[in-house]
This record gives sequence, C-alpha cells and structure tokens, in this order.
Amino acid sequence: MATVQENPLVEGLERLPVHPTVLCIFGATGDLSKRKLLPAIYNLAHDGALPERFHLIGSSRGGMSDEEFRSIATASVKQFSRRSPDEAVLERLFESARYVTGSFDDPAVYRSLDQALGEFDSEAGVPFNRAYYLSTAPAFFPVIVKALGKQGLDCHDDAEVRVTIEKPFGTNLAEAQALNREVLEVFSESQIYRIDHYLGKETVQNLLAFRFANGMFEPVWNRNFIDYVEITAAEDLTVGSRAGYYDSSGALRDLVQNHMLQLLTMLCMEPPVSFSADDVRDEKVKVLHAIDAPVPEEASKITVRGQYTAGTLGGEPQRGYLEEDGVPPDSRTETYVALKLKVQNWRWAGVPIYLRTGKALARKVTEIAVILKPVPHLAFSQEGSLGIKPNQLILTLQPNEGVSLSLGAKIPGTRMRIRPVNMEFLYGTAFLSESPEAYERLILDAMRGDATLFTRDDEAEAQWRICDPILQGWALDEERPHPYPAGSQGPPEADRLLEGDARWRAI
Amino acid sequence: MEGVWSEQDTTPSRIEAGLRELLKERHADDGGYVPARVLNLVVILDRQWRGEIENRLEQVGRYHPSRTVMIAVEPRREHLDAWAFMVCQGDARPGSLSVCHEHVVVEVGPQHLRHVDTIVDSLVVSDLSTVVWAPHGHREAVQALSRLAQVVLLDSQDEPDPHLALERSQKLAEDAYVVDLAWLRSTPWRERIAASFDPAQWREELRRISAVTVRHREDSSAAGLLLLGWLATRLGWRPERLAAGGGKMRGRVRASRGEVALELDPHVQMNVPGLAGITIRTEAGMSLSLDRGTGGLSATRRDRRGREARWTVLGASRGEAGILGEGIRQALLREPTYRPALAAADAMAP
Repeated sequence: MATVQENPLVEGLERLPVHPTVLCIFGATGDLSKRKLLPAIYNLAHDGALPERFHLIGSSRGGMSDEEFRSIATASVKQFSRRSPDEAVLERLFESARYVTGSFDDPAVYRSLDQALGEFDSEAGVPFNRAYYLSTAPAFFPVIVKALGKQGLDCHDDAEVRVTIEKPFGTNLAEAQALNREVLEVFSESQIYRIDHYLGKETVQNLLAFRFANGMFEPVWNRNFIDYVEITAAEDLTVGSRAGYYDSSGALRDLVQNHMLQLLTMLCMEPPVSFSADDVRDEKVKVLHAIDAPVPEEASKITVRGQYTAGTLGGEPQRGYLEEDGVPPDSRTETYVALKLKVQNWRWAGVPIYLRTGKALARKVTEIAVILKPVPHLAFSQEGSLGIKPNQLILTLQPNEGVSLSLGAKIPGTRMRIRPVNMEFLYGTAFLSESPEAYERLILDAMRGDATLFTRDDEAEAQWRICDPILQGWALDEERPHPYPAGSQGPPEADRLLEGDARWRAI
Repeated sequence: MEGVWSEQDTTPSRIEAGLRELLKERHADDGGYVPARVLNLVVILDRQWRGEIENRLEQVGRYHPSRTVMIAVEPRREHLDAWAFMVCQGDARPGSLSVCHEHVVVEVGPQHLRHVDTIVDSLVVSDLSTVVWAPHGHREAVQALSRLAQVVLLDSQDEPDPHLALERSQKLAEDAYVVDLAWLRSTPWRERIAASFDPAQWREELRRISAVTVRHREDSSAAGLLLLGWLATRLGWRPERLAAGGGKMRGRVRASRGEVALELDPHVQMNVPGLAGITIRTEAGMSLSLDRGTGGLSATRRDRRGREARWTVLGASRGEAGILGEGIRQALLREPTYRPALAAADAMAP
C-alpha cells in the first residue's frame, strides 16, 4: 500500500488542517445546542478554525424546513455568541445547513441523514468526515447510536466517523456499563468522544501545565510533604430553573462523578509518557483505580449530604430548596456534598483528599488547596504573632484563575514575629489572549480526532465505581440531608470528615 | 478606570517613580487592580503622528501589551516631558480582578535617539519580553535599543522597494526575533493552502505544482514574496530572482520534478493592504484558486478532468487592527518557518 507523505505545509502553523467535515447535531434545536454548540461553531468559523470545507446538519423531533432551521441557528448565534457575529460569515456558515426531522427511533430519519451526507460528498467530490454530536436526552443515546449503525452510518470509505456523547454518561455504574456496551457494539472506542465540558476549560488544562512543566513542585508532591488536599466547587446560585433535572441528579452526580473526579485525577496522576490521548487517560484511570470504592453501608462515614434552606444570597432573601418550583416537598436530593477519598498508591497513601460542592453557598469558587505538613520544629516565638500556618498551595480555577502560595514572613519590627503572607500569581495578568469557550475547543478536537480531553470508557466506569456505592448507601439511609442556610458555608456536619488538624477553607 | 501622572523636563528615574506611584494609588483604591505582566512595547514615532498610532493601538483590543512606552520624537525639543497612564479594565468588584495596562509617553528630541536605550531602560518591566516598533523609521533608535529588545515589530510594506524591505528584515533577524506584519497578512492564506492540500488525494499534487500566481495590492508585494518564499522553502524549490516587467514580477524556480512558474500580480483594487488571491496549478491540469470573498475566501478547484468545485473557506477579516494585535501576540511566540521564507523571498525579490 502506498503511504501518503506528510503535509510539508503544516509546520509552524498554529491552526492545523482539519479534514472536510459534516457535523450532525442530534437535538439541534435544544437548549445546549442553541446556547453553546451553535455559537461555538460560529466562533470557530469566525476565527477560520473550522475545517476548510464544513457543513452542518441539524436533527430534532420538531418538524421544520432547512430554512427554518437556518433561522433558528442564526438567531441562536446572535443571542448567545461571545462576540458580535460578522453577518457575512454567519450567513455563509449556515447557508448549506440541512435539517432532518423525525423521532430518533424512526429509520426514516437516518435514511434522510444518509442521503444528505451523500449529497455533500458528491457535491464536493471528496468524502467528508462525519461527526455526530448527541445533544439529546440521555435515553436517546443508545437509540441514535444503534440506528446509525443499522443505516451503515458508523463508517465511511476514506473518511473518519466520530460520535460525541454529551453528559450524563449514565446515572449509575450499571447504566454507564450498559451504555458503553451499546455504543461499543456500533462504534470502536477510538470513534467515541464522551464529553465533559469541564475538560475543555483552559483553567483545567493548566493544571497539567502547572504540574508537569514546573520542576519545583514535584519533590514535594507526595505523602511525605502533603498533609491533605481540599477540592472545592462552590456555587452561589440556587438550582433555579434546573430544579426538575437537578432533583433527579443531585450534587454527587451533577459535579462530583465527573468534574471533581477529573480535577482529582489531574492533581494526583503520575507524569504521562506523552500527552497523547491514551497516555494521559491511562494515568488518570490508574488514579481512579487506586481509590478504594466504599461499601454502601459505610457511605455515611465518608460523606456528608446537605440541602439548602431559606437564607440570604448576595443580600437578597432566598427560599429553600424544598420551596423551589418543581421540587417535591419531601425531596431528599442533596444540594451539597462533602466527601473524603484516599488514593491508595505509593505517592498518595494516607493523604486525605476532601471534596465538597454545593449550590447556594456563600461564594462562587472552584479551587484545589494542597496543604503541606508543618515544619518539624519551630524556632520562632509565637508570642504577639498570628502564628505560623503550614504552607498552602492554592490552585484557583474560578472566578480568578491563579496560583497562590502561603508563606510565613517576618512582621516588620524589632522582634522576630511571623505571620502568613500570600505569594500570588494570576494567569489573567500574564497572557494576552482570552480563553476560548470550552465547547469551541472540544468540538474542534472531536472533529480532528484528538481524544485527550474526552472521557474514555474505562474512565467513565471507574468514576461510577466510586460514586455508585455512595448513592446506594444514601438510598439505604433514613437520614435526611443536613440543612444549611442559603448563603452559608454549607452544613457544619461536614467538619466531622476532617482528620487531625485539617480545616475547611472558607468558601 | 484611569490614573494619570505627568511631569515636564523630567528624567527616566522620575518617570519610573511616577509609575510606581500610580500603581500604589490603584492598589490603595482597591487590591483588585493588578498590573498585567506580559510584555513591554516600545514605540518610536514622530510626535505629530502620535494620535494615529495611539488609535491603532487602541483598536488591538485584547492584545494590549502590559506596558507601552511611546517615545515621541519632536524636532528641536531639548528636554524630556512625560505622561504616564494606568488603564484598568472596568472597576474591580469584590472577589474579582481588574487587569491594568500601563502607558507611558516620553517626548524627546532627535538628538536623544542615538542613546534612547538609556531612557527606555528604566521604563520597561524587567524580565518581560520587550518589543520595539518604529512605524516612522527612526532606525538609529531601533539600533540603540537592540541591547534591550528581544523582538522587532515591523511592516515590510512600509518600504516601497520590497528587496530593501526584505533585506532589512534579514539584517534585523540576525540579532532579534522579527515579527513582520506583511508575513502575518499571509497567515490565513498559508493555513488555507495547507488545508486545501491536506486530504490525501490532493497532498500528492504538491510535488506536481507547475505554476503559482499571487494577486496582491500594489503596495503589498513584500507579502506576496513572503508567501512565495514560504512555498519555496516548504516544498524544496530553489529560489531564483524574479524579473520585474509590466508591473508584475515573474520568474521560474527549480523544483525536484521540473520548473515552477511564479508570478506576482499587483493589479488588484483593494481597500486594505495584503494579499487578494492565489492560484496554484499542477502539471496534471489540476488548479486551486483562493480569493477574498464575503464571509471568507472563495475557493475554486478544477480537477484533471476539468470538473470545477466552488466553496467558501469561512473566516472573518481581522482588519489592520487585528493584524497589529496579532503582531503583538506573535512577539510571545516563535514561528520557525518565517526566517527560511524570508531568505527565500529576499533571494526572489528583483
């Protein structure tokens, strides 16, 4: 077989070529598509980052013409794009867009899709790559995948076929395993892109840069120097209009199973051999495997659940979760969860890793706090000082991305008195460019076949292996979530998880 | 929010003290005001055109340097007058940051330029990259700043003779990293040519290219030459000097499979400087044309059998402000293909 030589023109280019692609969005008129996907596609087009030849096909249950779909797509971009759109680019982007209507279990939808895809290939004289984006209710994921396979749309001569699946990837381990089986019956793992948009955020990717591009932290990045770790994802908003979804999900499924475990694996993983998709994901999965899955009966020992009650947020009175529209009055859904995990490997054995997330908390903040062990002997008198605290390394992801290191420093004066000071670095001051939206990065990565920032099958299942027993344990438990007033730090009962001198950082 | 410091008949150390004072004032207002720390931009310009340059810099949007030092040259001026501003992005709200850019204007006389480094030295933030831009010439100042600056920003099209322009860039590139706006104008074209030939069936055609025509605005032949220089170095062509005649530049270069005919065609009406189009033909009769159009580049591909396909390669025009912003951003990066392309372009320039 003749081998194709490398393209000599790509060296030095910031934007590498992406093969001509048709992107087909299932659920194209849904909220996610309107708010995130279509604006992200526009911004890629604006920046000249889309494939040289690109077409869009939308598919939903609602009947409409191609023209009506184009109008909806255009209006969505105008309303939700991060920048004011260039009319000419916007018009060109959607002028060839097609719409395929019908129920997702109707074979006619896939025949129409097949026809539209074939017409794009014929017009261009080249086989386009096919990128399917499943932005529907999770119940349709297996239905669509199976139907694509049945219609023969899972592969294409001389072109790549990929499928991107939105979260949630199952609501428990059994569902995730079943979904993996069903998807893998049609597509190979290399064709599947399970999206967790958190990984598309520059701030999250910076975690890898911070750890593996700076030699100074590696010597202390282990159980000998680190006392404990806190990972916090606090929101100052209530569930609002998401109450219907949220009540069936809860904080553990909504944030811990995916986003927070991603942060944990990036913090704890070993350096990968390379930054190829599988080398990075291999190391992340090893971390998840090193976490002992709790038995359901002991879930309450390592977790504390909370539910917000009436309180004050930003000076405004706020009703409690049970009073929210769409929430059953006897709901036991947790709006807050704190948990303690341990990564049982050579580097991390014995280091407690505390995670907490919640709605309606005092402040919006996402951060990782690495608290180092105190110095073994203190030669300074503590008299008249605020005391010496162990060094803390804080990696803040939201709202201000940066790194802060607390150090002990001498208070000016004639006596040797020490107080903690912060040495801060703020990413926003050190780079010229703004970060692109997470979906822009991820849609482009999926189109060009880079799976580094997507969740692999074993990774998704390993996440559930940790969270599933906790959910089972809670289901057995008669206890209700601990109440906490909206605008507070969360339930004080979360303190019982802490070992030794550990303290929750103020939110 | 903006803070201002100014002094007449001043000195560099007093200006530096003024900048420190401005920062202290901002911090006293709110700890959320923090200075950007990315790069220094030193602009040497004629005082009478300062407003125009200020306008261009204001339009670069998010690509502001962290500290801009404008050296405004005024005939017959004997002493230094200076202003310093600190411009912050909105008010610092509790829990959030407002990143601030510092802006210094120093009015100097022509006699100061030979040793302008002794003025600028104390005004740039240590340990950050320093970029020099002299849009009105002032080469002796650029020379004087060679010790301080790691990057020289220039626009080859400012020099009417493209050969002189490219030669100067080559000379400057010996001591500093050169960011040429003429080269940046060709970036989308390079990206799209690379993408057009990326599919396997078209990539083979790169070895069979027989002719390239580049269309450009009359004042942008340097950008055209740089694009040809890039193709030559990436595809292993041996550059030869082109001949000028009838307003065009034409010539042939040696490729591994034969000769490639090159043409630069300036007969294009455009509102903005830069490239207007390119046509690449292969010996087998295939051709690809890319031309400026609405919403992106209009692409036309004709295959060996004469079948034609047309489409639009999407992308918004960056405009001249966008090009300057990109130039500032590029000062932080290193593009490995520019210098070889520059050398080839210089060898082809008549």
